[in-house]
Amino acid sequence: MEYEPVIGLEVHAQLLTSSKIFCACSTAFGAPPNTNTCPVCLGMPGVLPVLNRKVVEFAVKMALATNCRINTYNRFARKNYFYPDLPKGYQISQYALPLAEDGHLIVETAAGKKRIGITRIHMEEDAGKLIHDEHNPYSYVDLNRTGVPLIEIVSEPDIHSAEEAAAYLRALHEILVYLGICDGNMEEGSFRCDANVSLRPKGQEAFGTRTELKNMNSFRNVQRALEYEIKRQEYILEGGGEIVQETRLWDDSQGVTNPMRGKEEAHDYRYFPDPDLVTVHIDETWIEEIRKTLPELPMARRERLQKEYGLPAYDAGVLTSSRALADYYEEAARLCGAPKIAANWVMGDLLKLLNEEGKTFDACPVGAASLARMIRLIEDGTISGKIAKELLQEMYAAGKEPEEIIAERGLVQITDEGALKAVIEEILAANPAQVAQYRAGKEKVFGFFVGQAMKATGGKANPRLLNDLLKRMLAP
Amino acid sequence: MELYELTVHELHEKLVSGETTAREVLDAYYRRIEAVEDRVHAYISLMKETAYAQAEEADRSIREGRIGPLTGVPIALKDICCTRGFPTTCASRILENFRPPYDATVVARLRAAGAVFTGKTNMDEFAMGSSTETSYFGVTRNPWDLERIPGGSSGGSAAAVAADECAAAIGSDTGGSIRQPAALCGVVGMKPTYGRVSRFGLVAFASSLDQIGPFTKDVRDCAILMNVIAGHDPRESTSVPVEIPDYRAFLDRSVEGWKIGIPREYFMEGIDPEVRAAVEGAARALEGSGAKLIEVSLPHTKYCVAVYYIIAPAEASSNLARYDGVRYGFRAEDPRDLLEMYKKTRSAGFGAEVKRRIIIGTYVLSSGYYEAYYKKASQVRALIREDFDRVFALCDVILTPTTPTAAFRLGEKLDDPIQMYLSDIFTISANLAGIPGISVPCGFTGEGLPVGVQFLAPHFEEGRLIQIGSALSTLMPREVRRPRL
Ligand SMILES: [Zn+2]
Repeated sequence: MEYEPVIGLEVHAQLLTSSKIFCACSTAFGAPPNTNTCPVCLGMPGVLPVLNRKVVEFAVKMALATNCRINTYNRFARKNYFYPDLPKGYQISQYALPLAEDGHLIVETAAGKKRIGITRIHMEEDAGKLIHDEHNPYSYVDLNRTGVPLIEIVSEPDIHSAEEAAAYLRALHEILVYLGICDGNMEEGSFRCDANVSLRPKGQEAFGTRTELKNMNSFRNVQRALEYEIKRQEYILEGGGEIVQETRLWDDSQGVTNPMRGKEEAHDYRYFPDPDLVTVHIDETWIEEIRKTLPELPMARRERLQKEYGLPAYDAGVLTSSRALADYYEEAARLCGAPKIAANWVMGDLLKLLNEEGKTFDACPVGAASLARMIRLIEDGTISGKIAKELLQEMYAAGKEPEEIIAERGLVQITDEGALKAVIEEILAANPAQVAQYRAGKEKVFGFFVGQAMKATGGKANPRLLNDLLKRMLAP
Repeated sequence: MELYELTVHELHEKLVSGETTAREVLDAYYRRIEAVEDRVHAYISLMKETAYAQAEEADRSIREGRIGPLTGVPIALKDICCTRGFPTTCASRILENFRPPYDATVVARLRAAGAVFTGKTNMDEFAMGSSTETSYFGVTRNPWDLERIPGGSSGGSAAAVAADECAAAIGSDTGGSIRQPAALCGVVGMKPTYGRVSRFGLVAFASSLDQIGPFTKDVRDCAILMNVIAGHDPRESTSVPVEIPDYRAFLDRSVEGWKIGIPREYFMEGIDPEVRAAVEGAARALEGSGAKLIEVSLPHTKYCVAVYYIIAPAEASSNLARYDGVRYGFRAEDPRDLLEMYKKTRSAGFGAEVKRRIIIGTYVLSSGYYEAYYKKASQVRALIREDFDRVFALCDVILTPTTPTAAFRLGEKLDDPIQMYLSDIFTISANLAGIPGISVPCGFTGEGLPVGVQFLAPHFEEGRLIQIGSALSTLMPREVRRPRL
């Protein structure tokens, strides 16, 4: 029988606010344990939460970017369960009235564009971390992360392959980072994903029994875990077995999913509205204010770059892979007036230099305006493309402007016909045999003369002019 | 007259005029505490050391002419209010050694007003009870009859004021925990509007119902304390940014022409006839001074106790989850694993009534029961609130008995939770509706037990409660009776 996988994804994204969701503590990652804490996030008796408005603002940005309907009135609820990393014994989350609902995202898959529904986006607080020490019979609790703001983005079960799931995740990730509301760091846990997977016979409407997958901390792992889990379920169903509804953990080293041990499942979170927090009112004025601050989103930008600058889809894709890169490119393209050439420089030499140092475009030592001027210098014939490659390296290393280096090192292209003619005459005189060969019809020798002329001018000869002169002077 | 018998305003006058010093006053109170405390047991802990430092500071500031509204006045705090660096136990073993690194907003406001803190008063464990018998630190006795309960949960604060072990006290009221003990101990107790006095630093029992308020010897003192503790607090989301009037402006004013609503549901069978007579006496006295009594109806009154005993335990079950032995407070010794640590810690740390309410609360929030209990209760709560909105369109204040009976005997209802819960039958509605209420003494039973009358007003109209309470006090002068201790 042929089965169709049905996948729904739950993404938790840490928001990049400087303080926590319900207290003034810092959200900085990597501080010594329990230093970014206060009585509120430690869950001491009698303390009360006060909502950080920035969190709502960031969450609304994501809701707008994913075409959600924002609930004018939304509420926080308590999700009750015991665990040492959860100081209050409940997590403040949203339940009955979340921030936003009914959104969607268009993602690009190998089979073309696909619409994936978003059930809801809600705000909540993160829990702390337990640090286990094998040599001790107890664990340590670090509550620095407690109260760091999260949004949870729940997709509809619209995803039907591991590849689609990965594409959806990449698209979400890209938008979050583009909006500047999440750093997207999967290793540090700023972007986490759980998946619900079930199989059903192709053509059947009803869902099969699902399993929940956790512990996948990269796009690749999500895809691998889903591929494995789909095969596993298929194998069981083919053999006439039944899927057990359970939570399974992805084991990266073995490449398998295993059932999570014991207890859980039985969880009844006893959600109820948090009486310590008032209803969050998000009116149209506030939404419009936030909408105005939204940047152009990656997909729209890709399409515009293709249309406006005549770039191929591949180039537009690379150039919009981060907001900083796209901003850089567009500035350079606009200033130099040669968008295609700018694209080549940005995607080629410059990206390579940055990649070598593991840097991104936010920290590019060559400003977009400097790159644009360098391109203009090529375009107007002041320097050759070959020289420009070296020039760019030096601009990158020394942080100097192109004109400065050109002046220092005398890199200006030789465009003076008389001077170049003199050089060529000398070369022709010194190599009579090659001249004879060329004139006898062996046109390959032409390259030899170009090379000699470039060598003699230190690469500064204007290539077009050199070509013209050589052709004329070699003519029989 | 002894210094400890004076009201806040009388004491303050003597302090400001230099007739006495804060130190002398504090000495008088601690001598009084020493004399009666072994019988009353109003306090869990005394704050002698810091109190003398505060008194010294008060005397210095009086000399320098910096006089706050409570400078040098000894005030007791219910042990549910967090006090920076000083144990705050909530009368529970689970918080026996807990010292908060912060002051409750109310404590900070009192400090800033110059108050001297005598100590932390006894209460029902986590404020769950109506008799102060569920305290881990032993019972408090009613100063009027040591064989009787002082009411609860703020029984220690009420008894401390009644027994002159402080000039005034702070309590908290979730279902009547200020007004009921105030009535049973013959003092004035006010529960302000929900959101009027900050809950920050008040150890939470039921967050949507809890409210801090004062216990005082007279209504004037109530106004003075309200002036200090009321006000918006940015650290509490449910705190309401509404202007605070000078509550003293409502004192000594007539209530001529006022309409006083008498809800028929509050004068039903089961009220002790002597209580009824005293309360009706108060109503007639007010009528005699020109107020008009009108009969009103609050039809959803019969659901108040049931709704309360769903919502309060539900919130409590969640609020008390933080006492898990992980970060502070009591932790059971040598657990084998995490689950056993939770079980042992919470089993040994909480008393029976607290456990009962955690279990009820957990049950009513459980999937499959939430709709039938918690959700239904929340809907009925909205109807109860509407009852009051309707009635307050017809009258200025509502008058009811504070309690159905005078103080009952120690142990009398301890094993019968339903009977115990019914002792809050007249006070619970104000918490469910979020409106302010005050209990003012209005007489005694034949056995010499105090009786209180309760007034309820619309949201943020505490001023009306002070005005009518003050008017009643002039009409029915406080009997010179004092508890014989
Ligand atoms: Zn904090």
